[in-house]
Amino acid sequence: MNNTEYILMVILVMTMATFATRIMPFLFFHGRSNHSTMNYIAKYTPPMIMSILVVYVLKDVNFSNDIGLYTVLSVVVTITIHIWKGNPLVSIFTGTFLYMFLVQM
Amino acid sequence: MLFQDLGYPWYLATLMAFFVYAGTAQFMIVGLLAAGVGLTEIAISTFLINSRHIFYGLSMLNSYGDWGLRKVYLAFGLTDETYSLVTTINPKDATKKEQQYFLITALNHSYWVISCTIGAVIGSSFSINTQGMEFTLTALFVVLVIEQWKKIKKLLPFMIAIFSSIIALYLFSEQMLLGSIALSVTLLIVNNLLRNRHE
Repeated sequence: MNNTEYILMVILVMTMATFATRIMPFLFFHGRSNHSTMNYIAKYTPPMIMSILVVYVLKDVNFSNDIGLYTVLSVVVTITIHIWKGNPLVSIFTGTFLYMFLVQM
Repeated sequence: MLFQDLGYPWYLATLMAFFVYAGTAQFMIVGLLAAGVGLTEIAISTFLINSRHIFYGLSMLNSYGDWGLRKVYLAFGLTDETYSLVTTINPKDATKKEQQYFLITALNHSYWVISCTIGAVIGSSFSINTQGMEFTLTALFVVLVIEQWKKIKKLLPFMIAIFSSIIALYLFSEQMLLGSIALSVTLLIVNNLLRNRHE
């Protein structure tokens, strides 16, 4: 197998593995969707996962150096602007722009 | 961009973005390829890294109706970002729901393919100072937590999430994401059982 063929195989294998995780629930729980536990999970999972994702992206930040300070500052600015304006795009762009400016200074 | 460092042609990054369509896994593969890991290991690691998507699918069972092939595509495109968006919007009109979900999924998918391609093409030729751009993801998730709070107005899911992430950080640092999602969903189910018993 040459290099390109190997990479194509890798892509195929990864596609199948990823797709498997995404299609499984729809295949196995088909028709059981009105179960009350399922409804409860469906309602509360999104806020939980969003919060976990925030912890996840922040977990490798070292809060004792400058990057930590910039991160805290940019997150606070993002939150403030979002509560004030309520426009997701404005909040995300302002926060990111501030962070990029601070780290590149 | 990382893909270029291994010396593969740019269109392989495009192919991968289109078919695999999973950021973390695509990131990981660069390391695995450089280390010369076999296909079986690649399959298992990809599956494990993406297994959090099983929970995303579970919580979308009610929202994604019987739409045939479209539904298969929606399932295929249920990434972190797509999941965040489809659970944040609140379509009032049921007939438009399918269209909106489809549009979000397809747009996210095309942004991903385009940006991976651009990244791969310009990767070696010249460099823009993109340092700090990864903060977009942090800002996106922070904003989405606020949006979720506006919708739910209950502390419980947020408390469970923070508790689970802290535990998971200590217990399984590398697999923290999957660990904390599994833990928090378990806690949620336990809480639901207790609640039903009281009623």
